[in-house]
Amino acid sequence: MTDQTATQPQIREVSVGDALRLAEAGYRIIDVREELEWNDGHIPSATLLPLGDVLDRIEAVVPDKTTPLLVHCAAGARSARAVARMQSLGYTNAVSLKGSMLDWRRLGGDWEAPQPLLTPAQQRRYSRQLLIPEIGQKGQRKLLDGKVLLIGAGGLGSPSALYLAASGIGTIGLVDDDAVDESNLQRQVLHTVDRIGMPKTESARITLNALNPETRIVEHRERLTADNVERLIANYDVIVDGTDNFDTRYVLNDAALKLRKPVVHGSIYRWDGQITTFVPFAGPCYRCMYPTQPPEELAPSCAVAGVLGVLPGIVGLLQANEVFKLLLGVGETLAGRLLMFDAMATRFDEVKVWRDPQCPACGEASPFVAASVQVAETLEPAAR
Amino acid sequence: MSSVRIPPVLRDAVGGSRSVAASGATVAEVLRDLFQQFPALRDRVTEDGELSRFVNVYVNDRDVRYREGLETPVAEADTVILLPAMAGGSS
Ligand SMILES: [Zn+2]
Repeated sequence: MTDQTATQPQIREVSVGDALRLAEAGYRIIDVREELEWNDGHIPSATLLPLGDVLDRIEAVVPDKTTPLLVHCAAGARSARAVARMQSLGYTNAVSLKGSMLDWRRLGGDWEAPQPLLTPAQQRRYSRQLLIPEIGQKGQRKLLDGKVLLIGAGGLGSPSALYLAASGIGTIGLVDDDAVDESNLQRQVLHTVDRIGMPKTESARITLNALNPETRIVEHRERLTADNVERLIANYDVIVDGTDNFDTRYVLNDAALKLRKPVVHGSIYRWDGQITTFVPFAGPCYRCMYPTQPPEELAPSCAVAGVLGVLPGIVGLLQANEVFKLLLGVGETLAGRLLMFDAMATRFDEVKVWRDPQCPACGEASPFVAASVQVAETLEPAAR
Repeated sequence: MSSVRIPPVLRDAVGGSRSVAASGATVAEVLRDLFQQFPALRDRVTEDGELSRFVNVYVNDRDVRYREGLETPVAEADTVILLPAMAGGSS
């Protein structure tokens, strides 16, 4: 017996394997690392009590000195000292984990890496949104992780892209093969006089990244067709449809059903707009709503019929509003409702849109689903 | 008389009105009265005497396809909405 062993209090040390069994058996876990280490990851049921605080705070944290305690740090040195200090205060049942947290995790020990917090810059930039209970840090994280594809960087795409980028949507894809034309500037507020002739996706990227350099803008300089639609939409969470023709809308509808992507629909004509949201197999699709497309003279494009400049602004922002709810998973979308805006009368109306069991795209014979399990709930009650 | 909402693309066939009055106890009767008043409208939305498939008809907020079709009853206070698809968006 040396002097050293006489003065060094005897402490009990356990291996990682034994520690896992003790944790299972109900030992209370005390993490004596520093707060910064804790923030990088920790055992979910553990209590943080840095070594320097043990003498001062252990009695408040663990009033019963016979409580079985499993004390750990990163590798076993600090926890041994912590257990010695606890014993000096009369704790009789504390053991030190002699082993690394890497081994703990490798052997299947519980571990929790906290949600990646927003950076200080993000906290400042999005502070007004963080104050909203339905958004907060977690919701903002969802928006920052969100990927939204806009079909068209023109009338409807302009206002939605501006507000989606401003509020921190992480990735915005733009599908458009047009160049900026002088006649676009009356309503397509993404573009500017000095960019006439520039590809719209490029002009949009310049505007959106000036507004929010953090948003990733993906340019798809092509027209959406049956051949490229699945590739274009595959990596996005929500599709915003602002196309100018029926063929594209039907092509998009079918691919979105196949790949289970929600589509926020908007269309405009002079003083009138329509908005709805299609959630695959949970609500109606575009073909349920409009099984047959009208002849051209009954559905002229804006280029032929004209459009009030402010109208795509209003309709496009109502589409963006749907995107937020879809990404955040809050509120009530326009699924199953067609919202109609009449700018001349300043009036909103809505009609119900039901899922059609005979729909060739999403009905009982849908090629995109093995068994159309949910059809019944989305039908008009009388038709069930 | 019930009121019939006319979509923008069809307004020139009814003299520019957003809404016109028509009488009838069913959708079919209301449409018959409407087409008598506005023959130009009939040419635009019927094929071989039948309502074209690209025009959705609602009584208030309900699509008549999921009720009794053209036999869906229409009350005096009801609003009938004619609604063909709109194309416009991007360009
Ligand atoms: Zn459908």
